[in-house]
Amino acid sequence: MLGKLTLSAIPYDVPILVGTFIGAAIAGLAVVGLITYYGKWGYLWREWLTSVDHKRIGVMYIVVALVALFRGFADAIMMRSQLALAYAGNPGYLPPHHYDQIFSAHGTIMIFFMAMAFMQGLMNIVVPLQIGARDVAFPFVNTLSFWMTTISFLLVNVSLFIGEFSQCGWLAYPPLSEQQFSPGVGVDYYIWAVQLSGVGTLLTGVNFFATIVKMRAPGMTYMRMPVFTWTIFCTTVLIMVAFPILTVAMGLLGLDRYLGMHFFTNDGGGNQMLYLSVIWGWGHPEVYILVLPAFGAFSEITQTFSRKPLFGYKTMVYATASIMVLSLVVWVHHFFTMGAGPNVNAFFGIMTMVIAVPTGVKIFNWLFTMYKGRIEFHATMYWVIGFMITFSIGGMTGVMLAIPASDFVLHNSLFVIAHFHNVIIGGVYFGYVAAMNFWFPKAFGFKLNEAWGKRAFWCWFIGFYVAFMPLYVLGFEGMTRRMNHYDNPEWHPWLLIAEVGAVLIACGIVCQLTQLYVSIRDRNLAENRDLTGDPWNARTLEWSTSSPPPFYNFAILPEVHELDAFAHDKEAGIDTRQAGGNYQPIHMPKNTACGFLIGAFSFVLGFGAIWYIWWLAAVGLIGVIATVIARSSDNDVDYYVPVSEVVRIEQEHTHNLMAAQAAE
Amino acid sequence: MADHISSSGESHGSVGSYLTGFVLAVILTVASFGLVMSHAMSPAGTGGAIALLAVVQIVVHLIYFLHMNGSSEQRWNVMAFVFTVLSVLVLVAGTMFIMHDTAINMMSR
Repeated sequence: MLGKLTLSAIPYDVPILVGTFIGAAIAGLAVVGLITYYGKWGYLWREWLTSVDHKRIGVMYIVVALVALFRGFADAIMMRSQLALAYAGNPGYLPPHHYDQIFSAHGTIMIFFMAMAFMQGLMNIVVPLQIGARDVAFPFVNTLSFWMTTISFLLVNVSLFIGEFSQCGWLAYPPLSEQQFSPGVGVDYYIWAVQLSGVGTLLTGVNFFATIVKMRAPGMTYMRMPVFTWTIFCTTVLIMVAFPILTVAMGLLGLDRYLGMHFFTNDGGGNQMLYLSVIWGWGHPEVYILVLPAFGAFSEITQTFSRKPLFGYKTMVYATASIMVLSLVVWVHHFFTMGAGPNVNAFFGIMTMVIAVPTGVKIFNWLFTMYKGRIEFHATMYWVIGFMITFSIGGMTGVMLAIPASDFVLHNSLFVIAHFHNVIIGGVYFGYVAAMNFWFPKAFGFKLNEAWGKRAFWCWFIGFYVAFMPLYVLGFEGMTRRMNHYDNPEWHPWLLIAEVGAVLIACGIVCQLTQLYVSIRDRNLAENRDLTGDPWNARTLEWSTSSPPPFYNFAILPEVHELDAFAHDKEAGIDTRQAGGNYQPIHMPKNTACGFLIGAFSFVLGFGAIWYIWWLAAVGLIGVIATVIARSSDNDVDYYVPVSEVVRIEQEHTHNLMAAQAAE
Repeated sequence: MADHISSSGESHGSVGSYLTGFVLAVILTVASFGLVMSHAMSPAGTGGAIALLAVVQIVVHLIYFLHMNGSSEQRWNVMAFVFTVLSVLVLVAGTMFIMHDTAINMMSR
């Protein structure tokens, strides 16, 4: 009846997990209690959970990403503390069984649910506004994507308290991840979480590709698209190419585990090396899926706060496109030591070094944008400059790893860990936080507190170097990754320093939380309100509408005459909004619970399949199919906003604009 | 958002074309299973034949279910398809290059 699920699957004898459960339960009950106390369930359901508004979906994505950041960071600091303690006979406080789950969960959560969710949140909030569209191409698919990501993250967290998580690292290499060596449910949790969130990401890719191709404002040719939109465009192409590969890799591994097949097993003709090639065929494009949007955000921020148009827009576009193509032909550098000959390794090593060229072009473009600009050292700019320094170092250690000969020395050591955190924290995370600071007033109508933003930056920036530079040294000293305990006295001081760095990063996260709290508390102060919709004197179309934008974004679709359309209109004295113009009824999609329902049924399907509770899995699958059919047969999915409503909202914004001008 | 009511020129197929596609797909699938279960060919030959049938199957799906053709409204579809084929080729050819080289180098085959 309950498959593999028995009472012994609940880890009530592990104090850390019981403590975590109590903490999570108290926090969850507090949130539920507060929502009930203020009577906000109906509001939450109608206005957020069932919303098809891309801006709200974007905000919810980023909320999920921040929760994932806490979970992922908690794992990180537990690993650092274990390694600071587990030295010379001391086993530390995490037994290997638990420790292995923690490093696997850390990687899985940070990539799939922190970075991917954050990135999809940013593209949801910004892209339709930036191209002058009223929503995405497929609003229902958008809410579905969000819920697939969210329920997958929930599935990973359920594994904390029911059963276990994968102990095979974040990519679950076979044969360790096969039934023979991992008979528990951990790898099944991993497979289903990755598989279900992959559906959501793939749909987001298709959705935003269609949106950018078909829904740009009149006059916005490809070479007039803002750079952020360009990077998202290339990212969606990579998503559409790479995520099916992930689906296949997970599918084959799942067949091995569930149906006893032999794709990647040791025996029966399986070949575990094939898994490496397939999974990294997805995995390498994935890192560019994450970092390209960050590059786009840096471009927008640099030009805005340097008060200059971006240096070398065209080279920026071509560099982005070259990275997109090159990222598909470098994947072997993740397994140079697998045993392929010099032909293979030389080819992929050279391609990897070549990809540093367009990336270098971008760095120089940002530097030249800042050169002779009137740089405003806003908190957002701190993250940009911190990125340029940190990412350049990470890029250089990446080129070191791209040389197969040196990779043979450094493979699987902490040097690799230091390198990819160097580019992912310094590139991706700094970029997303900068973007969040930059676009926050657009989404909510008030600015984030700058003082706390700068404090957060310094903690993260210094904390990063203190935490990860020692890992480069440890890599040279021969310490391998994923180690539970050790007895080499030379490693110990470096690991203590790294622990200090992790604590500094924790301070950075606390500063970011404080920044959010202080900003929300002071949101009505005159200096924090954004009445004009253009708080930074920025250049692109999203700043031409109000903050937060009306649900239809633009009453009249803007006309684009040049690159940086809004900056051009401001200089030429054109009113981009065309206020008081000829308003028409606006065609909009209706909210729907179908995305939420399909997500919920997918969760049931995943949970049933993980525990071999086949009737439950069948219920989930039938639920998904029934909801899709019901949604497809529903013709009542859209409505028209009457002109009177549009006029009312637009006049309100015009009053705000006039009040803001009078205040100046 | 895209207007869901009006379609802009793309073909959505007819019952007849869907049935043709379905029958072709069934024939191709049964043929693959038949080849394997009857042991009519050598193992290497069976592998090649299944791969060939799979490629034909893909083309059938593209034409009958995804309504791809050479008309001008389909320019984006065709471009996307060409890009897909290219990236699949990169991945498949790359994987074969890697795995073959590994097998030779490690003397595992």
